[in-house]
Amino acid sequence: MKLNLLYFARLKDAFGRDHETLESDAASVGALLAELRARGGAWADELAEGRVFRVALNQELATVDSGLAAGDEVAIFPPVTGG
Amino acid sequence: MTELSDQALLRYSRHILLPELDIAGQQALLGARALIVGAGGLGSPVALYLASAGVGQLTIADDDVVELTNLQRQIAHDKASLGRNKAESAAARMLAMNPEVAVRVIGERLAGQSLADEVARHDVVLDCSDNFATRHAVNRACVAAGVPLVSGAAVRFDGQLAVFDTRQPASPCYHCLFPEEGEANDGPCATFGVLAPLVGVIGSLQAVEAIKLLAGIPVALGRLTLYDALESSFRSMKVPRDPACPVCSGRSSGSE
Ligand SMILES: [Zn+2]
Repeated sequence: MKLNLLYFARLKDAFGRDHETLESDAASVGALLAELRARGGAWADELAEGRVFRVALNQELATVDSGLAAGDEVAIFPPVTGG
Repeated sequence: MTELSDQALLRYSRHILLPELDIAGQQALLGARALIVGAGGLGSPVALYLASAGVGQLTIADDDVVELTNLQRQIAHDKASLGRNKAESAAARMLAMNPEVAVRVIGERLAGQSLADEVARHDVVLDCSDNFATRHAVNRACVAAGVPLVSGAAVRFDGQLAVFDTRQPASPCYHCLFPEEGEANDGPCATFGVLAPLVGVIGSLQAVEAIKLLAGIPVALGRLTLYDALESSFRSMKVPRDPACPVCSGRSSGSE
């Protein structure tokens, strides 16, 4: 199935893109994150377990257990902390 | 509530002309107390707008001094402020704009008991700080005291805005949105750029939400707004409560 991924703030720079369309069989947000981490490099770094970021599924905050369906918009964003 | 003087009716006439505010809303602002944590990029527009709008009692806290690198975006300060405490410098500008509001300066970093005490004696808190640990400390104090929190953050071309009011049963807190376990800081702002008006955009949005809260105008809760200055776009995400949140799950439901 096709997923529409969006990246925000620091992640946009780290991944060198602000969006992509991904062909994936990931059944859940957790499975999708595992698939992205497996790309290695910045993906493994930025999406590592100890890093703070959140995932929104179709503009609503999701958890790693949230299920994915074809056409879903998956937004991944870290907190911005500066001021 | 005290009657507005002729001078006040004139000064605040463009507020009073708004039916959503009216005289009653302006009187509510004049009787309200707001705490501004941080007098830097976000704190500058927040402080100036809340003072000009007539929020009656303003407290501004910052332990830092004004440096030349701040003046690119921290518009409450000027060349004459160099070396001066940021809260003190901002207060001088606030009072120059509107001597009818009371401004209290706290020239130290609020933490622990002093943070809890200050939060509890205000009607709204504006988080204009620059690091993740302070953001969580301010959130904890706001949840504990049942004081609404208007949270803003900005770095490079990216901004975030959210309002939390845990007196409302459905409202999440900052911790529900971003758990504090783990590495999250953008890094020191000395190493990251910040587009000058980015902090103006986010700080102004914070001032809008705070004025609405204080004037009794409904505010959207459970929502994170993301601003991308490069894309010129705003996006908003729904943020539900985290039922397991260690900060706010134990709150008593309902008001107070
Ligand atoms: Zn919470």
